[in-house]
Amino acid sequence: MNEGKREAILGRIREAVRVAAPRPHEGSGRYDSNAIEVPQTSREWLPSVPLDAEGRLNLFREKCSQLRTEFRFLSGQEGAAAALADLRNKQKWTVLGSHHHPMLDPLVQSLGLETLYVEQHPQSKSLERCSVGITACDALIAQTGSILLTARSAGGRALSVLPPHHVVVASVDQLLPDLPAAFELLYEKYGDNYPSFATLITGPSRTGDIERILVLGAHGPRDLTIILLGTNA
Amino acid sequence: MDQLFPSVGISVVRIFEKLGHTVDFKESILCCGQPAFNAGFWDESRDIAVRVLQSLSGEGPVVVPSGSCTAMVKNFYPELFRARSEAAVAEQLSRRTFEFSSFLVDQLGVTDLGSRFPARVTFHDGCHGLRELQIKRQPRLLLERVKDLTLVEMEDQTSCCGFGGTFAVKFPMISTAMGETKSASALSTEAEYLVSNDSSCLMHLQGLLNRQNKKLKTVHLAEVLASY
Amino acid sequence: MSFTFASKFKIQATKVTADLDHRAKIRAALKSYETARDERKAQYQDWQAARHGAASIKWESLNHLDAYLVDFVTKLSARGTKVFWAGNAQEARDYIVALAKEKRAHTIIKSKTMTSEEIHLNEALRQAGYEVVESDLGEFIVQLRGEAPYHLVFPAMHLTRHEISDLFHEKLHSAPSEHPEELTMIARKELRFKYIQADIGISGANFGIAETGMISITENEGNGRLTTALPKVHVALMGIEKVIPRLSDLALFLPLLATAGTGQQITCYNSLIGGPRQSDEPDGPDEFHLVLLDNNRTQLLADAEQRDALHCIRCGACLNACPIFRNVGGHTYGTTYQGPIGSVITPHLRGLMDWKHLSYASSLCGACTEVCPVKINLHHHLLHNRRNAVASRPDPSERAAFRLFAFLTRYPGLVNRLARISRPLVPFVRVVKPILPAPIKGWLSSRDLPKIARESFRDYWKKR
Repeated sequence: MNEGKREAILGRIREAVRVAAPRPHEGSGRYDSNAIEVPQTSREWLPSVPLDAEGRLNLFREKCSQLRTEFRFLSGQEGAAAALADLRNKQKWTVLGSHHHPMLDPLVQSLGLETLYVEQHPQSKSLERCSVGITACDALIAQTGSILLTARSAGGRALSVLPPHHVVVASVDQLLPDLPAAFELLYEKYGDNYPSFATLITGPSRTGDIERILVLGAHGPRDLTIILLGTNA
Repeated sequence: MDQLFPSVGISVVRIFEKLGHTVDFKESILCCGQPAFNAGFWDESRDIAVRVLQSLSGEGPVVVPSGSCTAMVKNFYPELFRARSEAAVAEQLSRRTFEFSSFLVDQLGVTDLGSRFPARVTFHDGCHGLRELQIKRQPRLLLERVKDLTLVEMEDQTSCCGFGGTFAVKFPMISTAMGETKSASALSTEAEYLVSNDSSCLMHLQGLLNRQNKKLKTVHLAEVLASY
Repeated sequence: MSFTFASKFKIQATKVTADLDHRAKIRAALKSYETARDERKAQYQDWQAARHGAASIKWESLNHLDAYLVDFVTKLSARGTKVFWAGNAQEARDYIVALAKEKRAHTIIKSKTMTSEEIHLNEALRQAGYEVVESDLGEFIVQLRGEAPYHLVFPAMHLTRHEISDLFHEKLHSAPSEHPEELTMIARKELRFKYIQADIGISGANFGIAETGMISITENEGNGRLTTALPKVHVALMGIEKVIPRLSDLALFLPLLATAGTGQQITCYNSLIGGPRQSDEPDGPDEFHLVLLDNNRTQLLADAEQRDALHCIRCGACLNACPIFRNVGGHTYGTTYQGPIGSVITPHLRGLMDWKHLSYASSLCGACTEVCPVKINLHHHLLHNRRNAVASRPDPSERAAFRLFAFLTRYPGLVNRLARISRPLVPFVRVVKPILPAPIKGWLSSRDLPKIARESFRDYWKKR
């Protein structure tokens, strides 16, 4: 569109980088500071993650508790339905927001509330009415207690951020060890056909902008619940 | 050190002679050229530094009782003389220049000098020694072995005292605020002495403490180690 | 002009450094950050290697920036993103204002972007008649006060809850509150409506991924997500230096940015945006515009010695560690980017002669370099700026002083004698303070002069 400026800027860049900059110095000793280490993975530097499934699950649980994410590990659909019904009653949910997904559909129906499905209500602003947004996700990450979701896996952009409560339903085989694995998954799963939006959610919305004191529910959901379904889910 | 703190030099000489080493002092050197270098006047700094290179030609180790001056010779001379005819000499001098406490601990392997200093002290890390030369452990190892000395670490022990050479006179208000914070940390340890391996930090802090009529005294590490 | 910026800095610094409340407030605000940051760092298997890895990735992308930018833009365009290359601030502003006009926009909502501060976008949009609302809580607060952000990451860290309560009471007519939580909810309510109403959302970008053609936005509050989800048009403003090669690089950069920036393991939301709403997606903007900004970044890029300053991921760690920042405060700098990184890059972005004073306003303690997660040689670059300033236009009296000093160092004996003669005069220096040169006055403002020793080391050595 403005090729002229594009070529002018690229020209300045090419001229500028004609001389290479000094390379990053002072490695940790394990790395040759003259060789540019372009890491294939940062796994060996980041906080470590247990190798076994149980260890990962425990780490994820621990992270959730630090982050004030409500985490429920349940063996099947019935347990999940009961947990959701419990939340519905406690928080007096009136309208649900959700998207169609084999794992979500029976749960959402079991709640017996008015439900806005994003597929039928593409106007995301209508989600403002919802007490809760219930979504699926692409993966959970043990290392950080995060949820990875995309516009395609979790009903668009607004459903998981506009309502005051976000409930994520996932199955235990979606639990990944760490961030490198999460980005590998994103890359492998979508190939060249990426959704326009993906996000890593780590705990309920928060701010520390007033005297650096933590407050939850700044603009996004104040409550974040993760329902993890066991193997037979 | 020469005019304001000669006892630092005298202490260094005594310590090395007690350890059985021969000490030489180059009377032709007055300054390493750091003030000019830091102010951006690299030509003027080189003018001074060239003569330091000449005076210190040879093989033996060069020991400097100041982290700041050491960093100048060890880290910044190579940059100052990069791509110049003196580059190789500057590199050679850099390799054999050492800060006093790190020379004792890392080069000579000495920590116990048989010193005695009966007082409660706190230690201030000069920033150049700390961050340009990674000297933190060495002075503490030396102080721990001093008889009757109690070392109390202050809060924010690694934060800058605010001297910073010409910075102290160009931006006295910032330098003073930093110095006040530092001396408050030192005072709250209830130490009698504030020890450092850099006289310039101590000059600044002592100046502030005197003005505030505080009893806390500053003293160089070498002076502590030369007390028996 | 040089006189103006430098003297403003000095006047403001004099005021703020004497403000003991300010000093205590900033210290307290950063205390919990320091503890959290250190705990997080300790959890890394190898923090130093992680820094080195991040610096290496940035080195790679900056030294081949042309190729990575072309990749990045090609991928984005292929998926319907409209990319605009802005050579300077004016071009970026004009494009965005024209877009607002074309869309017949009324309200524009913004999530935190320092780059928009750099190009003074809000003023331009307001002058063109649009309502511009900052949605980040800290930014919202300083916008209500008509102030610039105090800190890259913590825009309102200089304010107490009481000041914020008074501000909200005055501007939003809310009931006074002592509780950060209640104050946050007042802002939440106020802004909710704006998201729904806004025609255009403007965001920044923390990273651009060349491999996949996406921008990455880091935040905690969710305002960035709402800004990029609800309005029909999303505009992202991004400096050209923010491109990194691969998607997997984020696995390193996102935790590094959070740890260094706020002491979190990773921030609450890290979103990737690779285009407008796609046909199989229920919502999202119909249009996504990416404005790529040069604005003298290529000039800094051309300085190979300081090119690493473009590694910066705007985490703010160098500000938090900097004793100058802590004492003069963020507003004193008078720059978009405060603290050590601002002192390094502002002379490149806005002129060395006007902004060199920031490079001198440093004790060169190196705390900034030590904490920088992408290993920018910050305090050495302050030295480089000083050298460059002297090389292009030295201050004549300073030059004369250093020449005299260099000359005197040739004659240590003479200096020794001069010192001996002046020794008895030192106690009287304070008496004649008014007629002394500025540097000595500066010293004496708060400090006593050191005494000249009875016997110099030189004399001692001679006598041995």
